[in-house]
Amino acid sequence: MQWEAVIGLEIHAQLSTKSKIFSGASTAFGAEPNTQACAVDLALPGTLPVFNEEALRNAVKFGLAIDAEIGRTSVFDRKNYFYPDLPKGYQTSQLFHPIVGVGHVDITQDDGTTKRVGVTRAHLEEDAGKSLHDEFPGMTGIDLNRAGTPLLEIVSEPDIRSAKEAVAYARNIHSLVTSLGICDGNMAEGSFRCDCNVSIRPKGQEEFGTRTETKNINSFRFIERAIIGEIERQIDVIEDGGRIVQETRLYDANKNETRSMRSKEEANDYRYFPCPDLLPIVIDEEYIEAVRATLPELPDARKARFIEQHSLSNYDAMVLSADRNLAEYFETVATACTDAKLAANWVMGELSKLLNQNDTAIADSPVSADQLGGLLVRIKDDTISGKIAKQVFEVMWSDGGSADEIIDAKGLKQVTDTGAIEGIVDEVIANADKQVAQYQAAEPDKRGKMLGFFMGQVMKASGGKANPGAVTSILKQKLDALCD
Amino acid sequence: MFDKTLAELASGLENGDFSSVELTQAYLDRIHAEDSKYNSYITVTDEIALSQAKAADEARAAGTAGPFTGLPVAQKDIFCTDGVRTSCASKMLDNFIAPYNATVVDKFNNAGAVMLGKTNMDEFAMGSSNESSFYGPSRNPWNTNCVPGGSSGGSAAAVAARLAPAATGTDTGGSIRQPAALCGITGLKPTYGRVSRFGMIAFASSLDQGGPMARTAEDAALMLNVMAGFDPRDSTSMQQAVPDFTADLTLPLKGLTIGLPKEYFPDDLSPAIALQVQNAVKEYEALGAAVKEVSLPNTALAIPAYYIIAPAEASSNLSRFDGVRYGYRCDEPVNLEDLYKRSRGEGFGPEVQRRIMVGTYALSEGFYDAYYKKAQQIRRLIKQDFVSVLNEVDVIMGPTTPHPAFKLGEKSSDPIAMYMEDIFTIALNLAGLPGMSVPCGQTNGLPVGLQIIGNYFAEQKLLNVAHQFQLATDWHKQTPDGI
Amino acid sequence: MALDRTDVEKIAHLARLQIDEQDIPQYTETLSDILDLVNQMQAVDTTNIEPMANSLDAVQRLRADVVTETNSRDKLQGVAPAVEAGLFQVPKVIE
Repeated sequence: MQWEAVIGLEIHAQLSTKSKIFSGASTAFGAEPNTQACAVDLALPGTLPVFNEEALRNAVKFGLAIDAEIGRTSVFDRKNYFYPDLPKGYQTSQLFHPIVGVGHVDITQDDGTTKRVGVTRAHLEEDAGKSLHDEFPGMTGIDLNRAGTPLLEIVSEPDIRSAKEAVAYARNIHSLVTSLGICDGNMAEGSFRCDCNVSIRPKGQEEFGTRTETKNINSFRFIERAIIGEIERQIDVIEDGGRIVQETRLYDANKNETRSMRSKEEANDYRYFPCPDLLPIVIDEEYIEAVRATLPELPDARKARFIEQHSLSNYDAMVLSADRNLAEYFETVATACTDAKLAANWVMGELSKLLNQNDTAIADSPVSADQLGGLLVRIKDDTISGKIAKQVFEVMWSDGGSADEIIDAKGLKQVTDTGAIEGIVDEVIANADKQVAQYQAAEPDKRGKMLGFFMGQVMKASGGKANPGAVTSILKQKLDALCD
Repeated sequence: MFDKTLAELASGLENGDFSSVELTQAYLDRIHAEDSKYNSYITVTDEIALSQAKAADEARAAGTAGPFTGLPVAQKDIFCTDGVRTSCASKMLDNFIAPYNATVVDKFNNAGAVMLGKTNMDEFAMGSSNESSFYGPSRNPWNTNCVPGGSSGGSAAAVAARLAPAATGTDTGGSIRQPAALCGITGLKPTYGRVSRFGMIAFASSLDQGGPMARTAEDAALMLNVMAGFDPRDSTSMQQAVPDFTADLTLPLKGLTIGLPKEYFPDDLSPAIALQVQNAVKEYEALGAAVKEVSLPNTALAIPAYYIIAPAEASSNLSRFDGVRYGYRCDEPVNLEDLYKRSRGEGFGPEVQRRIMVGTYALSEGFYDAYYKKAQQIRRLIKQDFVSVLNEVDVIMGPTTPHPAFKLGEKSSDPIAMYMEDIFTIALNLAGLPGMSVPCGQTNGLPVGLQIIGNYFAEQKLLNVAHQFQLATDWHKQTPDGI
Repeated sequence: MALDRTDVEKIAHLARLQIDEQDIPQYTETLSDILDLVNQMQAVDTTNIEPMANSLDAVQRLRADVVTETNSRDKLQGVAPAVEAGLFQVPKVIE
């Protein structure tokens, strides 16, 4: 039988506010356990929440960016359940009246066409703390530093049909929230996490199958693998005559499989009701328009502009526009060297390679956009060759300095002096009788291809500094003279 | 000295008749000597009181004393007090030393007040008799076989027994007004949002409101001057200007219109109570007020709606007591569920558990619309009743309670009978309106309370109306036998 | 409206309350009585009545995004039943 997967994602994006959603404690990552959990975060008796205006603004920005209805009146509800990382015994969330209503994003598929994925809603809620299971025998340790960090939970429609689409959707949302500056997008630190709802049905059937929810996946690769694995598992179960159980599952990256979280299987009854310690959040048109005015250029618009303004390919434009920092870096480099294609190649090539190798974010790149721009200027004006430029770039990465300083200090300036080049060429030709004879014997229209050997020798002898264009023309001229 | 009101004590301090240390020591000595009869305090804070008194005397000597400097008060043990046990009269918090001050406590500290101690109450403020306290019931100074009312029963008993000149209370369904009525003192529940709830351990967040319990309306005004005001730490605190609540006390009542809701004088109302309240109304007529019969048609729905909203909110508010971060933890929990269930099962008393269960049930899947939402709709009907009546009259009056103080144990096995004691007080909390109880008579040696209800933020008016009554009568000056 | 033993056990579990077997009949009875009391609400037609969560129909005030709290772990954990290495301790949770 032909099966079709039906997938919906719930993405939890931590909002990059300085303080928590309902308290004045810091949200900074990585502090000593419980040093950023204040009386409110610990749910001490008598403590009360007060809502952070920046969390609201961030949520509204997101809503505007996905062209969604913004809740003029949104309400915090309590989701009641007991868990040690949930200090109040309820999570403050939004069930009945979320801040962001129905919206959509467009994803680019492999064949280059776009597909619209609906966003059902996005609501504000507080993050829970962390449970540490492995540090003490027989005990679990609770760190509440993360408790109360603002989250935007973005719920998609079940419009997604494959793991690839799911990743494209997740990347799109990631790129959106980072471009808006409302989430740092750091998946390793848990700032951007994804729950995947997956079901399958015979192709052509309208009705949805029973779904499972795989929770807290924190990389795009794992999203893809977890969904592929879950689809395969469900097909196997059904084809073996079994039934899918609606349940919560956990993705185990080490084993690359999902497994049932039986501990959470107990029937939940969250007893949602409006939080009486918080009042309805009412916003008006004026507020929304003021937020709209602060929206930065969004990835889709930026991509279109990159194609239009910089004549980039669709692929280059998509890669460079997805991340706001990367896009800004690219544009600075492109402006400096006045060659967008060259800038794109370097940013996506040498720079990205070293960033990946060193696991460094673009924002933390040791080579600034100005530095790289300065380097590309020297390629453009023939001061150095592309090959030398790579050496300069590596020095720049490890030791710093401007392109000109490095070129000077290392004596890498390209030789364009024809006299000097002629000397080298003469020497190379004098020491290559065999290759010269072959050149002479070749048909004239094949001779161009044979220049490569001589080029290599000349460049080697010049330490790579000879201007390749000049070398080519002098070589050609001298060798052709020998053929007459 | 123990017969003096706060206002009189303030002038005594001002005139140098006695120091705050002398006054405080006298109260502390009296508490230690007498409170075994009333059990009105859970914790007496001698050391803190004396050091605050000393600081108050120094401030007075330095010329920096304010109107409340050096005056002793007791705090209901629901307000968090930094470094002092804050138990909410529960085994759950018997070991809880609060690491911070409630805003109300901070305000008293900033005003230079002296804290005598923490008063007894119904566990987590759930009760109308003080019998649900983990520390044993407080007793009514007018008859120690009777309850002082609740939940702020310890505060009421302490003031009535002259073990504190004034105390704080909290009122979720009548918890200031009912014990004030039963103990013959003056209590005021302010408008919801008038007094900060930060640091006041929550029972039902949308109904809870702190307020003063004192001997007179004037003292209640002095207390409210300290307690009221916007608090940025409480989202439900209102940004309402705070007047000097003593400013209008002396205004004459001529032209005042009083509404008497017919629903507040049902056939089964204790005749003695009805009589005392009618006498009080006559007194007001003598003071120049006009009286009008009005109707609050949804009065009977207040108790049903309240017993959904309050337990629902409480069931969620009390989830934080889980034995993990503070409070009672059961011995040797075998797993997480055992930790939760035994810590909560052993830490909470039966009435608290009962209300948590009612609230849990009301919010559980499939019942939300029928219970919680319905109750919130009825809440609006009840508010509309009051709003339309208060468009026609200045204040509404009636009995605070249907009966005078009852015997210990008389209603403790029948929760519904206990709940019905709040029939006249509960609607105000649902509507968020301010209300007072002032002593207006006695029956069989037990005090009777007159309830006065005003419009939103009209506490000044209420205090004025109550004060004028107290200038004309002396019910508030009566002292229980043997005190 | 009558609850039965199973209802009470389910509610007690949801609320994480350990109740004694012998107390269940009494809880069942009083909870049923209370539900009878609150069910008086059902007699009233509340169609089109907006539920009232706050008596003043006030709206949420916003707090500026400023860090105002400093580390007070030692004081706050001073009242905790079990702490190790700055972490609150509970019996091992199996996921």
